[in-house]
Amino acid sequence: MTERGEGILTAATRPTGLATEEPVGRSTGWWGVMLFLTTEGTLFAALFGSYFYLRFQHGAPWPPDGIRQPELLLPLIMTAVLVPSSLPVLWAEAGIRQGRRWQLRAGLFGTLVMGGTFLGLQGVEYSGILREYTFTTNVYGSLFYAITTFHGSHVAVGLLMVCWLLVASLHGSFGPHRYERVRIVAYYWHFVDAVWVAILFTVYLSPRL
Amino acid sequence: MPSSTTERGAGPGTEVVERLTAEWAEPPTLRGWFSTVDHKRIGRRYLVTAAVFFGFAGFSALAMRTQLAGPEAEILSPGEYNQLFSMHGTAMIFLFSTPMLFGFGNFLVPLMVGARDMAFPRLNAFGYWVFLFAGLFMWASVPAGAAPNGGWFAYVPLTDERHTPGLHLDVYTLGLLFLGISTSAGAINFIVTSLKLRAPGMSLNRVPVFVWAIVATSFMVIFALPVLNLDNALLFLDRRFDTRFFDTDRGGNVLLWQHLFWIFGHPDVYIIVMPALGIVSAVLPVFCRRGIVAYPLIVLSVVAIAIISFGVWVHHMFATGLPQLSYGFFSAASTIITIPSGLQIFAWLATMLLGRIVVRVPFLFVVGFIVTFVIGGFTGVMFALTAFDQQTTDSYFVVAHFHYVLFGGAVFPILAAIYYWLPKISGRMYSERLGRYAFWLIFVGMNLTFFPMHVSGLLGMPRRVYTYPGGLGWDPWNLLATVGAYVLGLGLLLVAVGVVHALRRGAPAPDDPWGGDSLEWATSSPPKPYNFPVLPRVHSLHPVWDPRTAESTGPGATEDRILTDGRQTLFTSELDGRYERAVRMPEETLKPLVAAIGLLTVFVGLLFAWYWVAAAGGALFAGTLAGWLWPAHRTPEEAGVPA
Repeated sequence: MTERGEGILTAATRPTGLATEEPVGRSTGWWGVMLFLTTEGTLFAALFGSYFYLRFQHGAPWPPDGIRQPELLLPLIMTAVLVPSSLPVLWAEAGIRQGRRWQLRAGLFGTLVMGGTFLGLQGVEYSGILREYTFTTNVYGSLFYAITTFHGSHVAVGLLMVCWLLVASLHGSFGPHRYERVRIVAYYWHFVDAVWVAILFTVYLSPRL
Repeated sequence: MPSSTTERGAGPGTEVVERLTAEWAEPPTLRGWFSTVDHKRIGRRYLVTAAVFFGFAGFSALAMRTQLAGPEAEILSPGEYNQLFSMHGTAMIFLFSTPMLFGFGNFLVPLMVGARDMAFPRLNAFGYWVFLFAGLFMWASVPAGAAPNGGWFAYVPLTDERHTPGLHLDVYTLGLLFLGISTSAGAINFIVTSLKLRAPGMSLNRVPVFVWAIVATSFMVIFALPVLNLDNALLFLDRRFDTRFFDTDRGGNVLLWQHLFWIFGHPDVYIIVMPALGIVSAVLPVFCRRGIVAYPLIVLSVVAIAIISFGVWVHHMFATGLPQLSYGFFSAASTIITIPSGLQIFAWLATMLLGRIVVRVPFLFVVGFIVTFVIGGFTGVMFALTAFDQQTTDSYFVVAHFHYVLFGGAVFPILAAIYYWLPKISGRMYSERLGRYAFWLIFVGMNLTFFPMHVSGLLGMPRRVYTYPGGLGWDPWNLLATVGAYVLGLGLLLVAVGVVHALRRGAPAPDDPWGGDSLEWATSSPPKPYNFPVLPRVHSLHPVWDPRTAESTGPGATEDRILTDGRQTLFTSELDGRYERAVRMPEETLKPLVAAIGLLTVFVGLLFAWYWVAAAGGALFAGTLAGWLWPAHRTPEEAGVPA
């Protein structure tokens, strides 16, 4: 056995090492993030519920006041960018589980690029739509901007968290025994992706039904 | 069998105690005061702060009762009256009840489950600071004359910018959003603590009812609070940035506010009452000298209430003209939810019937609770009937009803809890005589205040009027209520005197003055910073009455439950409480305080429309969080990276 290998062995078999490293059961961090995402998910669910409540209380036509049906091309491109951005996170997490730090960094970087592209496209979308209606035009405009901006701010927070992980991983804090923060950020990112799919159906597709 | 004389193990040697003290003691400096993460200190702060807010809200009520003592009084202007009743309700619901009960939860849950702290001690400290700042943020608006004035449920369109200009409602929406951060963080912390940090052997069927109640409450918070947050965010956007959610001229809908508010609001009644019921289930059996009757049924009814409470909100809206069919559904659900509540009442009655009652002050308050809560529940069943509801809605009958439910259902148990756990929290016994005087003053005063409101309500007196003309038959009932309010105030003052007296002059409390059955009585009064020198191994629902559990902390205790190497506590499995591993707990830190200051800056900035200040506060918050959660540096070996 190499000298380094023995080092690992002693580090892992010291009493405290055994006591703290053993991956038994769910951690408090896992439970914490799941409950946080549950409460966040409820918030989005209430937001979507409000959308449909206001829409059906309003009645046809929806969108009102001669606003056109939402364009689909750009949102579909945004979907194609954001939803697959969960893949590099999965890949990064799988990498650090095997101890491949470069894979963690590369995966996080990929997510950063895709998430940033999504936000850029959202800006492009806004610049077009703002000329037609704003959040003060009517309730439809208020809902459209509130829902998409609220989600966009979640993406932005997610990107900040990914940046933070990237910096931490460059410091070399993570390894197969120490990647809980990577997992937690990954859960958050998957959540933000899933919410976008719900937004695609609610805001962009449902008015056509 | 209660046998408080069961010999406890001699415990570990002085050397172990010294090492634990060295690890867990916090420096008695000013910095230490601000940086503490000890759940007991934080719990005490929650209790004291919530009690102070209770005092503010109580004085608001006294001012209102003074104004209403006779017809056409001119002590308060209509505008002042509006602010006082709005702040009274808002503060009693949001700044007193829940934080007070969370305070007991904070102090007691880790002790009851046999842990050394909450699952997230720093988040716990953060939650307290946010609660404190949000409370000050809202109360500061009263002297400034800008307090919320749209009632505690702030219905639109009354509360939109056109009908209520000024900062009043912005204080309300932003204050509650700010406070919501604290409540959500606390709820998550309680659930995770109760799931992962229970002492080995404490399977779910051995968890004390109080902990069950706190967990069920926390789940209700997780699902109910985001809806309130959304509602407040939408109102803030409408008022400040002219969005149109509640603007009927632009396609908005005012009933959306009521739906969202009560989807939160009805579960919130149980968010307030449920931990209080948990307190009753903890206090009552001890003074009946036996275990609680029908433990599994009580736990099931706690869970059932938590779920059904999400299906009854429309009974607050029976007068809004919704479809008849929906009334039928919500009326049925509102009737069904009385079944699990009634079941608990019968379990307590059976416990008293089968036990040997010892009458002490906490027991008196529990009995006071049962009497008043049953009356409140009775009028509650009346409201579940749509036809009756439509006759009495927005009258003083409603005010009488919910004060019986909330004063009876929450304040009486809270007072019982103060007397019951004061010896544990402070290490001092209270004066039994003072306590009994306080009880009788409060019991008489409470009924004298709120019972006449049933009558004035049925005689047609609407709620929230700042005065009324004489000769409508309301005068004597209002005078009675005002006299009652002063008696009640005197009784509550006596409670405060009793607590201060106990802290100053009280006899030292033994570790287990009542012969209680849950684990907080198995440690010293007040508990040491590490709670338990040896984490117990639990063998029954009544660990302190159970010799095997007592034995587990004795001389034969194994190293894996003493854990003197750094601050450590145990993870156990969620359902069965099987031993998993020891984990390290964080040291004290100022970061939670700094993060809370960042959030305070955000909300002050938003209130006064200083958006750059808000952005700076946001940056401070995010930066502090980044440092707080920064992973400790690991060598590749420690992180497990292969060569």
